Amino acid sequence: MGKTLFDKVWDAHVVRQLDGGRSVLYIDRHYIHEVTSPVAFLGLKNRGIKVARPQQTTGTPDHNVPTQDQDKPVTEEQSRKQLESFSQNCEANGIEYFKLGSPNHGVVHIVGPEQGITQPGMTIVCGDSHTSTHGAFGAVAFGIGTSEVEMVFASQCILQPKPKTMRITVNGKRGKGVTAKDIILYIISKISASGGTGHFIEFAGEAIRDLSMEERMTVCNMSIECGARGGIIAPDQTTFDYVKGRNRAPKGEEFDKAVEKWKTLASDPDAKFDTEYTFDAADIEPMITYGTNPGMGIGITKTIPSDEGLSGSDKVSFAKALAYMDFKSGEKMLGKRVDYVFLGSCTNGRIEDFRQFAQAVKGRKKAPHVTAWLVPGSKMVEAQAKAEGLDVILKEAGFELRQPGCSACLAMNADKIPAGMYSVSTSNRNFEGRQGPGARTMLAGPLVAAAAAVTGVVSDPREVFNL
Amino acid sequence: MAIPKFTKLTTTACPLNIENVDTDQIIPARFLKAVERKGFGDNLFRDWRYDKQGNKITTFPLNDPKYGGEILVAAKNFGCGSSREHAAWAVFDYGFRVVVSSFFADIFKNNALNNGLVVVQVSEEFLNKIFAAIAADPKAQFEVDLPNQTFTICATGDKTSFDIDGYKKECLMNGYDDVDYLLSIKDDIERFEQSRS
Ligand code: SF4
Repeated sequence: MGKTLFDKVWDAHVVRQLDGGRSVLYIDRHYIHEVTSPVAFLGLKNRGIKVARPQQTTGTPDHNVPTQDQDKPVTEEQSRKQLESFSQNCEANGIEYFKLGSPNHGVVHIVGPEQGITQPGMTIVCGDSHTSTHGAFGAVAFGIGTSEVEMVFASQCILQPKPKTMRITVNGKRGKGVTAKDIILYIISKISASGGTGHFIEFAGEAIRDLSMEERMTVCNMSIECGARGGIIAPDQTTFDYVKGRNRAPKGEEFDKAVEKWKTLASDPDAKFDTEYTFDAADIEPMITYGTNPGMGIGITKTIPSDEGLSGSDKVSFAKALAYMDFKSGEKMLGKRVDYVFLGSCTNGRIEDFRQFAQAVKGRKKAPHVTAWLVPGSKMVEAQAKAEGLDVILKEAGFELRQPGCSACLAMNADKIPAGMYSVSTSNRNFEGRQGPGARTMLAGPLVAAAAAVTGVVSDPREVFNL
Repeated sequence: MAIPKFTKLTTTACPLNIENVDTDQIIPARFLKAVERKGFGDNLFRDWRYDKQGNKITTFPLNDPKYGGEILVAAKNFGCGSSREHAAWAVFDYGFRVVVSSFFADIFKNNALNNGLVVVQVSEEFLNKIFAAIAADPKAQFEVDLPNQTFTICATGDKTSFDIDGYKKECLMNGYDDVDYLLSIKDDIERFEQSRS
């Protein structure tokens, strides 16, 4: 029987198979940030050892950094201490890291691909669940806990049970105004926020092949929001073109050799998946979530569903979600008040997202009552946006760019949505309180965010922008 | 962190004939704040061992001088509830090396094994025999033989075998946690790296 792409990459990294079902899995790249690494560093210290493969480790502080005045000393004490100890730990262990404010700094899952550190066929881990982003390159990438971060530090390996495989095929061409975010929100709404539990998902089909590299990252980023361990897409010319010429990508002949190898990274035609789903891209319209898990999404023109068909605790949590959002079944999402708009995060904080947003709002004005936070995913995204004059377009429309960081994606820093306020957010989680205590999050793509920002209510970008 | 090696142990046991002991009873949430893995044994079963004024509740088996030893014998479904690893630390830090029950919550079992605490799951019937042996003689001895995976009631010679994940067994016998184990196969990892380049 043939092998899936996931099996090929996973199997090539198994150092040893353990009794009881776990594998000793070799890790090619380890990304670290300031929040989940300190305890693991402390663990090493207690053992009297150092990071085993510092050259395979890259750090960037992002979760708890301010997105304004990054050139000035950080005022928030906890954040400042985390940054200091992060720098110290990286330096003591010889780990390359991108300092706050430096030209390569940014959100960990944006920086890795952008620097060419993420490459096809690799195993990649990081103490952050959205590590799945890197699967867009045909890498096996997943988030890990602090005790596992320590394992990788100590040995460059991790103990992991092998997940089951799932393939999600999206056939056909997507319609106008439909972004990668809409595709993944649609998939999660169909298979539910737990539909992928225990699996690693391969995304396939014409609509996936047609995606740019950045769009593929958006899809893989949110693959975990249906409970999956990660997502993966077979590398192709789009992938090779993206990697080529980046800072840490192989150069010249080395690159050609690598591409030959990367071309073998695809599921065999007779490979069997544990679970399969097929969708049609033509059925997907711009999406928005109405509840408090990413599976509670609908087409923007649809009405909020009822709890019909739900029972027991599902019914209770559905009611709880609507009460939290102060929404009712049967209501339209179009026209709902929007107080905040967040463009950013490792889901939608890349240059294409900023281009899309800026092009859309060009020549229009931000709705006066809307507070908009536009947070580039990295310094490179910020610089590129400025080089292309996006900052000017945005400024004329009443928006301003902030500085890179996770920001309102998890609201660990000062960027918190106030209680009761409605936010249209391009991030990945709409859990209760995720964007600040009491904050009400509606997840969407950059175009829906742009439409909300200029109209001040939930709007269909295809109408607003004549797409 | 390296844990003491475990092969064979003969000792007395402390009975805790209560079903469904959850991790909140094992270590109440208010004691989770410590950043270091120290002193959790003092707060093991805190609210069962001490009353509100902080006085020892003498009827609780852990406070009863009749009992002692390095084996904790608990009724069915020990360690259920939240996944806090501190529960395993607390049992271990108090001085137990083995917990016996007729059923363990999965997460507790994993946490225990990774922290040097041997988990012995026996049948309901055998568990009752153990409780009976302690009732007959609080100083009754028991033998835990990890290499052979057996548990023996010394007074009667009653013996049962128990299951353990082969990897975890190797770790316990060598005194390894997961990180120690990975460090111990360093040569293999290096060979793997060389084979790929
Ligand atoms: S942007 Fe959000 S999801 Fe991404 S790394 Fe930061 S906190 Fe995690």
